[in-house]
Amino acid sequence: MTVLVIAENDNQLIKPAVLNTLGAASQLSGDTHLLVAGSNAGSVLEQARKLAGVTKILYADAGHFENPVAEDLSRLILSLASEYEHILAPATSFGKNLLPRVAALIDVAQISDIVKIEADDTFVRPIYAGNAMAKIKSRDKTKVITVRATAFESIMDGNGAAPVVENLEAVSPSEKAVVSAQELTKTERPELTSASVVVSGGRGMGSGENFDILEKLADKLGAAVGASRAAVDSGYVPNDYQVGQTGKVVAPELYIAVGISGAIQHLAGMKDSKVIVAINKDPDAPIFSVADYGLVADLFEAIPEITESL
Amino acid sequence: MIMKIIVPIKRVVDYNVKVRVKSDKSGVETANVKMSMNPFDEIAVEEAIRLREAGKAQEILVITIGTSAAQETLRTGLALGADRAIHVETASALEPINVAKILKKVVDQEKAGLIIMGKQAIDDDSNQTGQMLAALLDWPQATFASKVELSGDQANVTREIDGGLETVTLTMPAVITTDLRLNEPRYVTLPNIMKAKKKPLDTIPADSFNLDFDPRHQILEVSEPPERGSGIVVESVEQLVDKLKNEAKVIQ
Repeated sequence: MTVLVIAENDNQLIKPAVLNTLGAASQLSGDTHLLVAGSNAGSVLEQARKLAGVTKILYADAGHFENPVAEDLSRLILSLASEYEHILAPATSFGKNLLPRVAALIDVAQISDIVKIEADDTFVRPIYAGNAMAKIKSRDKTKVITVRATAFESIMDGNGAAPVVENLEAVSPSEKAVVSAQELTKTERPELTSASVVVSGGRGMGSGENFDILEKLADKLGAAVGASRAAVDSGYVPNDYQVGQTGKVVAPELYIAVGISGAIQHLAGMKDSKVIVAINKDPDAPIFSVADYGLVADLFEAIPEITESL
Repeated sequence: MIMKIIVPIKRVVDYNVKVRVKSDKSGVETANVKMSMNPFDEIAVEEAIRLREAGKAQEILVITIGTSAAQETLRTGLALGADRAIHVETASALEPINVAKILKKVVDQEKAGLIIMGKQAIDDDSNQTGQMLAALLDWPQATFASKVELSGDQANVTREIDGGLETVTLTMPAVITTDLRLNEPRYVTLPNIMKAKKKPLDTIPADSFNLDFDPRHQILEVSEPPERGSGIVVESVEQLVDKLKNEAKVIQ
């Protein structure tokens, strides 16, 4: 019995969510192998060699894996699948795009977004935007699973034996799907899904310019900046800021919701945060029902005052 | 021009309903609850209609799988502007892999040039069926689409990814799954509801596909999520900062 974890990476570094996925893998029986696919991804391989609990690295380096498409990666994983009982990837946009395609090729179901492992074949996952939790038992011989990163501890660097590295022949590129452009948000702040503090703004921010005051607070706290769907839909901030059922799921030590009413879909993305602060001028906003500390105030006065006092 | 766009749609508990877990923990209460078309599927129907209105497609076929009650959702799709509907009838709750297998059979028969569907259904939040269908058809896929542009046999699709936006160029036929910001679906009007009643809707029994629908998963239990303890309302910024520093100890 062996677990295969797919190491999402940007050819420089392994994405933090992969470390949590390895944390989930460590709760399953058997060795853990890590698939690293990239282009000139030597630094990723070096990072992978140091990770605790990984006994083998499968390394596929090819030009068309610089921005690998699911069409190619799924065929590569299919060629390895018969040796594994579990295939895991983080439930990021990368993992969600890839793993159902892998599962269909193997002819098994896929289990999305698990938050708990009860046994090698039994998992808990949220349904209905987190308003219910389903405990499911898989009957498939290969369990293909995406892992909610915030629900598992990330593994650290180990000091055990270095893993074996096996070089893989890359599959030939699909000509039917090519990444033709990328427009990535550049930021010096921590990544939203792995930050220990998140400051999020909603429709109450009123404009994109007004997010400046949140950014000042975020910089003081070393926090990431997020947003509700309403703020993204209004064009205040880009899509990758969105926290919620269909955006990113975060569970930081401290989540500060500013001018966010607290729709169910938003709560689904942040209610596992350790401490939640809500700042809203409407005392009846549903966000207060999940907040540990609520402050009914005009955010344009309260936020600069908080920033000032830190 | 694409001859036919297929849009698979699902009937789900309405977006605004706060679901309740059944007391026997077998699932969530769906009796006497308002049902609607999955919001992402509505966006998919809208996108198909816009492509047809722009002269890029000829016919739109909506498909759903479920009991006879699911026909209501097909009628909504027809009222929005789809031309034809297929209802694959079954009383079983199917998993995404089985849904994808049925859809593949229908797509093989209907020879679609493009499939547009919601990225996930808001009931089980699986986010699988589109990718699985693309795999079974050996077609390329573009998930989480926020913009679709067709030219010749190519689709340029902007996708919402964790780091920002990405554009993929697909050679059609292809599967596209919709994200929230792709478009804003139109409202159904009364005259269009009347017109939809006259549009063709065919029913096919799911058993006729000779597929194995044995569930791969057993649902052991559905439970309420853990409750958060109730919090307090603070009076001032000063008190808030003090609580965060000295009580919650989350800032220094």
